[in-house]
Amino acid sequence: MAAEVASAAELAGANVLASTRAGGQEVLHVTRERYLEVAGALRESGFEMCADLCAVDYLRHLHRPLPDEVTPERFEIVVNLLSLERHQRVRLRVQVPDTDPVVPTLFNLYPGTENMEREAFDLYGVRFEGHPDHTRILMPEDWEGHPLRKDYSVGRVPVQFKQAPGPR
Amino acid sequence: MTGEELRAETSEGPQELRDRDETSPVALAIEEGSLRLPEGPLLDPGDIDVEFGSDETMIINMGPQHPSTHGVLRIMMELEGETVLRSKPVIGYLHTGMEKTGEELTYVQGATNVTRMDYVAPLHNELVFSLAAEALLGIEIPPRATWIRMLMTELNRISSHVMWMATNGMDLASTSMMIYGFRDREMILSFFEKATGLRMNHDYIRPGGVAADLPDGWEDDVMAIVETIPGRTDEYDEMLTGQPIFKHRTEGVGIISPELAIAMSATGPILRGSGVAWDLRRAMPYLAYDEVDFDVIVGTVGDTYDRYAVRLNEIRESCKIVRQCVEMMPPGDYRAQDKKVTPPPRARIDESMEALIHHFKIFTSGFEVPPGEVYTAIESPRGELGCYLVADGSNKPYRMHIRAPSFVNLQTLPLLLRGGLIADAVAVISSVDPVMGEVDR
Repeated sequence: MAAEVASAAELAGANVLASTRAGGQEVLHVTRERYLEVAGALRESGFEMCADLCAVDYLRHLHRPLPDEVTPERFEIVVNLLSLERHQRVRLRVQVPDTDPVVPTLFNLYPGTENMEREAFDLYGVRFEGHPDHTRILMPEDWEGHPLRKDYSVGRVPVQFKQAPGPR
Repeated sequence: MTGEELRAETSEGPQELRDRDETSPVALAIEEGSLRLPEGPLLDPGDIDVEFGSDETMIINMGPQHPSTHGVLRIMMELEGETVLRSKPVIGYLHTGMEKTGEELTYVQGATNVTRMDYVAPLHNELVFSLAAEALLGIEIPPRATWIRMLMTELNRISSHVMWMATNGMDLASTSMMIYGFRDREMILSFFEKATGLRMNHDYIRPGGVAADLPDGWEDDVMAIVETIPGRTDEYDEMLTGQPIFKHRTEGVGIISPELAIAMSATGPILRGSGVAWDLRRAMPYLAYDEVDFDVIVGTVGDTYDRYAVRLNEIRESCKIVRQCVEMMPPGDYRAQDKKVTPPPRARIDESMEALIHHFKIFTSGFEVPPGEVYTAIESPRGELGCYLVADGSNKPYRMHIRAPSFVNLQTLPLLLRGGLIADAVAVISSVDPVMGEVDR
């Protein structure tokens, strides 16, 4: 089965920085500049559905193991594409720097990423250039900051137990 | 940075549907659903009447406390008379940061967190999380655990679909369907209670296997379920499918084409209802789905009626799978005998101090998972349920993302509602089957 299916790296062409495999699926590393071209080439060659899009904040692991060609950055956008015809998945990983967290939107290729990109923006503060409705989706619109970033602290509410001794 | 400044920097304006004169023609065209297909615009944005509105149309809220929106879903609709021109779902009322919570819990505790997302099909959430963790750990699951997982998730699919039939019936004013549906669901939930200890939020499927073996006499309980449900399904079929009111309210309402469903990343009964035979159990088999015999149900038109028919027949197919699980259930262990992830048997704890320490260690600090990232996906009753896990070598996931099918499927709602009547909106929202716990996470 695996031999018959053309690898996604071949389909995407020379724009891919490096391709690896993880958990039985192909992973393509692409730069921000080539991201749309690679997604467009994959869409043309049969990956007609964008199954998932999410962001990861690697603040605590800036020097994680990555292929040599890839420059690690703080944020990563992870896109899972799916080919219904070939029963194949491919994952794109795009490095996004902390200082300028902007990536082009996939909306024009895969309209189904609308909610997913809004979620990634809401929770991580990565902006998607050209997104038609670039607003928060899960958090209230006047919320401060982006809660799933690693430097956003988990709030703690002090719990007062009944009959607990008073403050000393 | 003060709070004001930070808020000004991170806020992107209102999430609500805006008036026509405040929106650009392109945005209007997208909201009306005509620019969705990447092959090119179906409608010229210049043709959209921006002036049209204000006096003749009104924007109203449906929800978040509307009984037919299945939870705290709020839909803003622009109406002209009774016709829906535009609509936009506004979500987030149930957001509790479960993905952030998941980063603070160990892999042992993780299943208790994800099980609360889709509370109608909790076992599927546990399964996808466990599969992701096991893929990173690289451990093999004994066959009995695999088949127990299949049995339990298929029963869960039946209970989820039956509950959908119940709420859908109630939305379409068939209150007897609601009572019948909940009766059947209760039968399955009492078996779950017997097997897992809880009716919902089981934490039964865990990384490494399942929490406990099936209880004594489980075959009789399961066979009682699969012998009762198909007969009752036929009754519901007769009661709803044969009823002219139900057919008139669902046929031709909320149609979505297969191309549009794929472009909008819709999965599950929405995609299959529009005629695409895509079921992960068949297309990319996980567990042992390649060893059982079942049919993938597809519709033809992609309307509300097709989505109902897909779910109704999936109940029958799930009953077939459950029967095969009972017949083919292999003997053996119900969890992987990997000392790293599996606690020692209960009897050993009374005899051995080391076993007690081992047990304590697993349930307090958990186990460490080698660094890596993985995406696993299964077919939940609502569509593709995915889990993207990033491990950094510690005992907690560095990032846990759940691809919730309801969250993605909800995007199709503006397309399904457009041009329909507001009375049909109730039937259409119900046919998308959103579970808000999963949408907002």
